[in-house]
Amino acid sequence: MEVAQLLISGISQGCVYGLIALGFVLIYKATEMVNFAQGDLMMVGAFVGYGFVVLWDWPFILGVGATLTVMAVLGVVLERLIVRPMIGEPPFAVLMLTIGLGFVLRSVAGAIWGNEPKSVPAPYAGEVVHIGTVSVGMENIAIVLGTAVLCTLLFVFFRYSRIGIAMQAASQNQLAAFYVGIPVKRIFALVWGLSAVISAVAGILVAPVSLIDPNMGFVGIKAFAAAIVGGFGSLPGAIIGGLTIGIVEQFAGFYLPAGWGDTSAYIILLLMLIIRPEGIFATMQKKKV
Amino acid sequence: MRFVLKTRYGQDLDHFKHNGQRFWYGLLGAVVLALPIALSILHLDYFVGELTFVYIYAVAGVGLMLLVGYTGQVSLGHAAFLAIGAYAHVYFLKSGLPFAVSILCAGFLTAIVGGVIAIPALRMTGIYLAVATLAFSRIVEQVVGHWDSVTGGHRGTSVPDVNFFGISIFEPLVLHFVVLVILVFILVGALNLLRSPTGRAMIAVRDSEISAQAMGISLASVKTTAFAISAGISGIAGALLAHHSGYVTPETFTILLSIELLLMVVVGGLGSMQGVFYGAIFVVLLPTVIAFVRDYLPDDVGQMPGLQPGLFGLILVLFLVFEPLGIYGRWLKIRQFFSEFPLYRNATHKRQKTYLRTERVR
Amino acid sequence: MSMLEINEVSISFGGIKAVNGVSFSVEKGEVFSIIGPNGAGKTTVFNLISRFYNVDQGTIVFEGQDLTTVSTHQVGHHGIARTFQNTELFEHETVLNNLMIGHHVHRKTNLLKEIFYLPQVRNQDLDFRKNVEDVIDLMDLQNYREQVIGSLPYGARKMIEIARALCMQPKLLLLDEPSSGLNPEETEDLSFWIEDITEELDITVLMVEHDMNLVNQVSDRVMALADGELLAIGTPKEIQEHPEVLRAYLGN
Repeated sequence: MEVAQLLISGISQGCVYGLIALGFVLIYKATEMVNFAQGDLMMVGAFVGYGFVVLWDWPFILGVGATLTVMAVLGVVLERLIVRPMIGEPPFAVLMLTIGLGFVLRSVAGAIWGNEPKSVPAPYAGEVVHIGTVSVGMENIAIVLGTAVLCTLLFVFFRYSRIGIAMQAASQNQLAAFYVGIPVKRIFALVWGLSAVISAVAGILVAPVSLIDPNMGFVGIKAFAAAIVGGFGSLPGAIIGGLTIGIVEQFAGFYLPAGWGDTSAYIILLLMLIIRPEGIFATMQKKKV
Repeated sequence: MRFVLKTRYGQDLDHFKHNGQRFWYGLLGAVVLALPIALSILHLDYFVGELTFVYIYAVAGVGLMLLVGYTGQVSLGHAAFLAIGAYAHVYFLKSGLPFAVSILCAGFLTAIVGGVIAIPALRMTGIYLAVATLAFSRIVEQVVGHWDSVTGGHRGTSVPDVNFFGISIFEPLVLHFVVLVILVFILVGALNLLRSPTGRAMIAVRDSEISAQAMGISLASVKTTAFAISAGISGIAGALLAHHSGYVTPETFTILLSIELLLMVVVGGLGSMQGVFYGAIFVVLLPTVIAFVRDYLPDDVGQMPGLQPGLFGLILVLFLVFEPLGIYGRWLKIRQFFSEFPLYRNATHKRQKTYLRTERVR
Repeated sequence: MSMLEINEVSISFGGIKAVNGVSFSVEKGEVFSIIGPNGAGKTTVFNLISRFYNVDQGTIVFEGQDLTTVSTHQVGHHGIARTFQNTELFEHETVLNNLMIGHHVHRKTNLLKEIFYLPQVRNQDLDFRKNVEDVIDLMDLQNYREQVIGSLPYGARKMIEIARALCMQPKLLLLDEPSSGLNPEETEDLSFWIEDITEELDITVLMVEHDMNLVNQVSDRVMALADGELLAIGTPKEIQEHPEVLRAYLGN
C-alpha cells in the first residue's frame, strides 16, 4: 500500500521537521530571535550522541541522557556568549549571526568527528512492526512516539508553570519584564538550553534512520518552512507545519517527476506566505500609532 | 581636523564633498587603472583574475546593498538573480546577440523577475521575506538544474567567447577592464539614485514604513523598484561571473553564494556603498589568505576541510557582535580618532544598551 | 464648503467601537483641536483621515474630494500632512535628509532621469533644499541639520517631526499630541509656532491635545470625544464649561 507507506514516512519525517521547528518557535517566542542554526544544533546533538554511544560505547539510554545534558549546556553557553550581546539588535543582524553560527558549528563538528557520514545504531533499530498490511520500521515509531512525548512534556511545562508567562513577558517588552522582577537573562538561557535539547532529541531520533554527517543540518531550512506554515509564534503550529511538509514532500517525491519532492516544501512555503503569511495559527497583530 | 566650508547648497548634492575627497579618489582611480596593467606585465595574471573577481562581487554587492542596506528588504536568495542573469546572457550570446545588447537584455530580464518577486514580497517583512527569498532561490536552483534544453541541466553550459576589437574577452586584462567599466557605470548610477528623491524614498521605507506613507511615498512602488533594480544589477553580475569562469552550472548559484553576498554586505558595512567594496575584498581575499596561511598552521587545523566556511562564520559572528557597522563603520571610527587626535573620547561610539521590544505588534 | 468634512464616521476593532458616528468639519485657516480622555478615539480619527485605517461607515471629504477609499500614500498628495504621537522619524538619517524626504510629494522627476542625474534632478533638489532651509529658519533647527536623528533629545525630535510635515507644504496639518513630553517652555514655543504656521504659511491645523492651556491658547474651535462618541463642538470656553465634557473628564 504505497499511500500508507508514504504517509508513514511523511509523518516520521514531518516529526523531525516539527521538532526542529519547535526549537525555532521556542526561541522566537521567548526572545524574538530567529535561530537559523537550529538544524545545525540537531546535527551537533546527533554527533554528540554518536560520540557517546558509538565512540565511547556507552549504553544507549545513558548515552542519550548524557547527550541531552551536554546539549543543554551548549545551548546555555551559546546564549551567554553570542546571543546575549545581540538582544535588542535588529532581527536581520540576529539572523546573520545565527547563519554564521551555523557555519561555525558545521566546521567544528567536521573537525571533531570528521566529514564522512556515520551510522548510529539504536537498540530498537532494524525491527519492523506490522500494522495491517503495512510494515513500519521501529525507528519511525520511535520518532513519532518521541515527538509525542516531548510535546506533551512541553505542553505541561508551559501550561502549568509560571515560566511560560514569564517567557512571553520577557519577549514582548524586556525592560518592563526586568522591572517586574522577571529574571530575563535566566529565562533566555533556559530557552536556548531547552531548544538545544529539543533539537538534540530530533537528532538522536533521526540518527538511526539515516546516516549522519555535518551537513545534515540543512533540513533546518525546511523546518523553517514548517514553522512558518504553522504560524511563527505557535508551538503546536510548528508540529502541524512539520507534518504537513513532511507528508506533502513524500507524496510529491513519489508521484511527481524528479526534483519536485525537494522543491515541494519551498512551494508550500511560498504559497503560505502569499495566501496566509501568519500561518495556520496566527500570532501577529497590527501596531497602533 | 578638516572643516568643510559650504558656500552652495549644491555642495551637499555633489558626489565629492570637498577637494580632499577628489584627491584621494583620483589617486584611487589611478591605482585601479595602473595595477592590473602592472600585474599583467609581471605575468601575475592570476591576481588580475582575482581583482576581476572582486569587482564582479562588488557589482552584485551594489545591487544587494541597494535592497538590503538602503531599502531594508532582506534577501537570502540573490544567487537566483545571478543565475538568471548568467544563463540569460549565455543564451542571448548563443543566439547571436552582440555582447552589450546581450548583457543589457539579461539585466532587464532579471530586473523584471525581481519586480515580479516584489509583488508577493510587498506583504512580507523581515524574517518572512528572508525565508521567501530563500525558497525562491531553491526553486530557481531546481528549475535551472532540470531545464536541460535551455540551461544544459546539471552538466551546465560553456560560455561563448566574445571579441573586442579582435581580442577575446577571456584574456584576463580584457575581462578586467570590461568588468571595471560596467562596475563604474553601475556604481555611479546607484550613487545618483541614492542622492535623488527615489533613493531617499528607499531609505524612508527602510526606517519607517508608516511615516514614509504619510510622506506620500508608495511602499509598493519603492519596494518593487528596489527589487527590480537590485535584481537587474545582480543579473549583470551573474553574466560577468559567467565570463569569469567560462562555464555555468547550477552549483555556482547555491544558497552559499547568497549567504556569501549577504556576508559581504554586512561585514562591509550595511548602508554605505564603500562597504560593498570592503566586503567584496574581504569575501574574495579571505579564501586566498586561508589557502596561503594553511601550510603554516598545525596539521589538525590547517587541513580541516571546513576551515573556510568556519572562519567565514566566525568572522561574521565577531563583526555582528562587536562591530555591527562593519568594516566601513570601523574605518569611520579610526578616521575620526585620527582627525580628532588627541581629543578623541573613548566613549564617542559607545553603543547604547538596547532592550528587546516586540516586533510582533507592527 | 468646509475644507474637511467628516460625516458619521465609524470604525470597530474586533467588537469595540473605537469611533462611533462622529461628524465634524474643519474650516480653512482655523485651528481645530480634538480633546478627550484616553481611549476616546482621537488618534483613531487621525488614522482614518490619513487612511491608515478603513472606515466601516461614513465619509471623509477633503476640499470636495472623497478620501474614504484613497490609498494611504495618496493622502499626502492631496495636501494633508500629519505627525505621530510617538515620533516616527527616519532614525538613521540626518535631520536634513528627513526634511528633504518631506518634499517627496512635490517630486516631478522619474527613475530614469534620476539614475542619469540630469540637470532637472539637480535643480529640483536645489529647490527642495531652499524650501527646507525656510522651514529650518522658521523652526530654529539650524544646529541640528547634520545630526542623525538617533542622537537627538525628545523635544528636538518633536520639532523635527512638525518641521518635516511642514516641508510637505500641506493645506491641512494633523498634529497628534504635539506637546506630549515637552516642558512648559517648549510648549510655549509650540503655541507660537502653531500661530506662525496658520498665519504665515496659511495652513489649517487639526490637533489632538491633552494640554488644556495650549488648547485654549491656540484653538479656534474644540471638539470633545469620549468613548468614540462626539460630546460637543464649540469654542474653547464653551467646551470647558460643557457639562458632558466635565462629566467625561471628572466623572459624576
